[in-house]
Amino acid sequence: MSNPDLARLDSVSLRFGNKSVLNNVNLPLHNDCITTLIGPNGAGKSSLVKVLLGLVKPTEGSVWTKPGLRIGYMPQKIQIDRTLPLSVKRFLQIPYGYKLDDIEAALASVGATQLIDYSIHDLSGGEMQRTLLARALLRNPDLLVLDEPVQGVDINGQTELYRLITDIRKERQCGVLMISHDLHLVMSSTDHVVCLNKHICCSGHPEAVSADPAYIELFGASHASTLALYNHHHNHSHDMHGNVVEGDCCGGDHA
Amino acid sequence: MGVIMLDFIIYALIAGISVAIVAGPLGAFVVWRRMAYFGDTLAHSALLGIALGILFDINLSLAVVLCCVALALGLVAMQRQHWIATDTLLGIMAHSALSLGLVAISLLDNVRIDLQAYLFGDLLAITPEDLKWILLGGIAVLAAIYWLWKPLLAITINEELAQVEGIQVARYRLALMLLIAMVIAGAMKLVGVLLITSLLIMPAAAARRISATPEQMAIFASMLGSIAVVGGIALSWFADTPAGPSVVVCALLIFLLIFFAPRARA
Repeated sequence: MSNPDLARLDSVSLRFGNKSVLNNVNLPLHNDCITTLIGPNGAGKSSLVKVLLGLVKPTEGSVWTKPGLRIGYMPQKIQIDRTLPLSVKRFLQIPYGYKLDDIEAALASVGATQLIDYSIHDLSGGEMQRTLLARALLRNPDLLVLDEPVQGVDINGQTELYRLITDIRKERQCGVLMISHDLHLVMSSTDHVVCLNKHICCSGHPEAVSADPAYIELFGASHASTLALYNHHHNHSHDMHGNVVEGDCCGGDHA
Repeated sequence: MGVIMLDFIIYALIAGISVAIVAGPLGAFVVWRRMAYFGDTLAHSALLGIALGILFDINLSLAVVLCCVALALGLVAMQRQHWIATDTLLGIMAHSALSLGLVAISLLDNVRIDLQAYLFGDLLAITPEDLKWILLGGIAVLAAIYWLWKPLLAITINEELAQVEGIQVARYRLALMLLIAMVIAGAMKLVGVLLITSLLIMPAAAARRISATPEQMAIFASMLGSIAVVGGIALSWFADTPAGPSVVVCALLIFLLIFFAPRARA
């Protein structure tokens, strides 16, 4: 197969006490493929990523990663206490002491060369995101995991960041998993969309997902109609807690 | 008499400067990681360590370290539950440990203990035996900080990022707690359990304003802490004031001086 698996979630369920966060999630990740995870707040997107990264142990199911897989992780946001004097250069060096050349190259590939001597506390939202992306790239990853990479960035900056991510993938042919809560913005920069609401509601090519009844159910018809106009019967719906109350989860590809 | 007193002052100075040097980089971590209240809780438990040390007849510094570490581990375990917030938990543990220590010491009626000295520090309490322990412990802690510096910085920047990048976060967090416990044991006799945290956080906070890198901040904190210790010991010696509060007052003066000094323009 030309797209061998980089990592895979197998029947992963996660519960905190009585609260179900993830329910029977299967998700393969391939190289040279951008997978976007969308879903409403509280859908378990970040939890899924944390399970994949090994930060949280799943209650059931398992996570498989290719032996020796290098993951570059860009967290949603990080808070560094202002009392810690830290330049962008040092932030990128810690803890593995990358060479200055590599750091400059990483910053250049995210279009942020000029930031190298800035204090990390003086960065704008977009500059911080680029710096975090540069840090993830420094690990020369097989898989990039990006948790809401455009958070706190204005619309122009968002488009530019997504373009950057597309370029990086094209250049490095790595796998990318990113979280977004806006399908429209990521449409053009993703190969595969997974719509999550504790379980996988639907997944497939972005156009197909935006027309999927499960997607329309989650995000509302008006939101979806700007992209696709066909509609058919829902095969399941959600109660207040996002649990499926009728029908069966489609789970597989609609594409 | 005079010569013996001078010996004690020299012991106190060497011990105090050693502790201040070690407290610099650790204090920086306490400030960066917002662990001031945590440090205070550990310090408060030191008195309980003294009581238990006397009770079981083991080395008092060792007893203090063990007691601090036990408390830190207990805290980590308690943080897994979610119905009491960490600051409430710290408050409960700090004052319980202090009170347990005070009660336990009052029950040890066959030993006389200068409680005032343990609470606020005593210039003349450092014996040659203590000094030996402080120097050995200080060198060990400094070596450990040097060795663990990069991973400790990494977990301070962001624990999740560090974990994903292959750093054993829990292990380093534990190491940091252990190092702080050792500094508390070393500083206890000189500045007293109630004021130890100030030796950690005040020089580091003062150093922030004149530092551009984490390393600079750690080194400046050691230097400012040493100045505060020497000033405090001098004040205590000449004005017969309690040692701990004198050191803290000097640290405060340094902090204020740096905080209100006009910023140098590049």
